[in-house]
Amino acid sequence: MKTDELINMLSEDSTVRFRLGHALTLAFVAAILLAGTLFFALMGFRPDIETALTSLRFVFKLLVTIVFFLVAANLMVRIGRPGVRVLPWELALLLVPVLMTVSVLAELAVLPAGDWAAQMIGHNAHECLSLIPLLSTGPLAAFILALRQSAPENPGRAGAVAGLAAGGIAAAFYASNCTDDSPLFVALWYTVAIGIVTGAGYLAGRRWLAW
Amino acid sequence: MSDLAREEQWSAWMRAAIGGDAQAYHRFLTSVTPHLRVMARRRCAQFGAPASEAEDVVQEVLLSIHLKRGTWDPSRPIAPWISIMIRNKLIDSLRRRGRHVDVPLEDVMAVLEIDDQSQTQERLDVDRILKTLKEPQRTIVQAISVEGSSVRETAGRVNMTEGAVRVALHRALKALSLTYRSQ
Repeated sequence: MKTDELINMLSEDSTVRFRLGHALTLAFVAAILLAGTLFFALMGFRPDIETALTSLRFVFKLLVTIVFFLVAANLMVRIGRPGVRVLPWELALLLVPVLMTVSVLAELAVLPAGDWAAQMIGHNAHECLSLIPLLSTGPLAAFILALRQSAPENPGRAGAVAGLAAGGIAAAFYASNCTDDSPLFVALWYTVAIGIVTGAGYLAGRRWLAW
Repeated sequence: MSDLAREEQWSAWMRAAIGGDAQAYHRFLTSVTPHLRVMARRRCAQFGAPASEAEDVVQEVLLSIHLKRGTWDPSRPIAPWISIMIRNKLIDSLRRRGRHVDVPLEDVMAVLEIDDQSQTQERLDVDRILKTLKEPQRTIVQAISVEGSSVRETAGRVNMTEGAVRVALHRALKALSLTYRSQ
C-alpha cells in the first residue's frame, strides 16, 4: 500500500469518537460513584464523625488525602497528552510528603515518646491496608480505561499516576471511617496502602497503556 | 510558508478533522507526511537501513498520530503535540525494527520546517497486515484506500449502512496498529 492510500483510509475515519478529555471526565464520575458506593455499603462514616470534625488531627488527615487526590488527578489528566508539561504537577506532588513530615514532627513534639509506637501501630492497620486497595479497584479500572485513549510517553509511569489518583480517592473515603487519626499512623499505613495501589497501577499501565 | 502560518494551517485542518471533515484531515495528513518522511529517511540512513524501510516507519507513525489524535487539545498549539508524537513513535518504530535510537526533539522541530517534495513509495508492511482482514472489511479497505472512495460511496457498494462501514474501517485501522505492536 502506498502512503497516499493509507492517508485516504485515515481521512475517511476522521471523526474522533472518544476524546481523552471526555473519557477522563467520565472516569472521574465513575471512580467517585464506584468508590463511594462500596464505601457506604461496606463501612460508612465513623459513628463519632461530628465530634471528629472538631479534631485537628482528623481534619488534617482528611485534608491531606483530598489534596493528594487533587494533585494526582491533575497530573493524571496531563500525563497522556504529548506536549503538555507535567513537571509543575510532579513537583506539586511533593507537597504531600512535606505536609506529612510537618505533621509528623508536630505530633512527635506534642506526644510523649512512650506513646509514639502505640500511635503509629494504631488499631486499624489491617483495615487500612486492605480497604484502601479494595476501594481503589473501581477507580483504578476507570482511570486505566480512560487513559487507553491517551498517548503516554511511559505507559508504566502513567499507570502508576492513575494508581496514585485511585489510591487518593480511596484514602479520602477511608479516612472518614478510620478512627486512627495520628499523623504517625497516616504517614506509615496510608503510604503503604497507596503504594500498593500505585504498584498495581504501574503494572496495569505497562500491560494496557502501551500504544 | 512560514512556520507560524503552517502551524496555524495545521491546527485549523485538525480542528475541522476532529469535527468529521474528511477533506481537511486529508490535507493535514498529506501536508505532515513529507516532514515525517525526511525524518524517517535521515534516521534510516544513519543506520545504513534501506530508504524503503523509512516508508514503513512513516506509515506506522501516521497511523499512531491518527489513533491518538484525541489527545491533542484543540485549544493548544499543534506543533508541540505533533513533534512529540512523531519523536516517540519514530523511536518506537525504529526500535521494533532493531535499531536503537535517540531522536532529539530539536531535530524534529527543525525538520518540521523543511518542505520536501519527494514521491511516496509502495510499502509492504501494511499490505501484509491487510491480507489478514476478512470480508467485507477487505473490500471496504480496498475501496477507500486504493480507489479513494468515500465512506458513503463504499456503503452503497457493499450494501451496508455508513455507520457500519465507518466501524469496519476503524476496526481495520485498530487491527493494523495492534499488529505493528506485536511484531
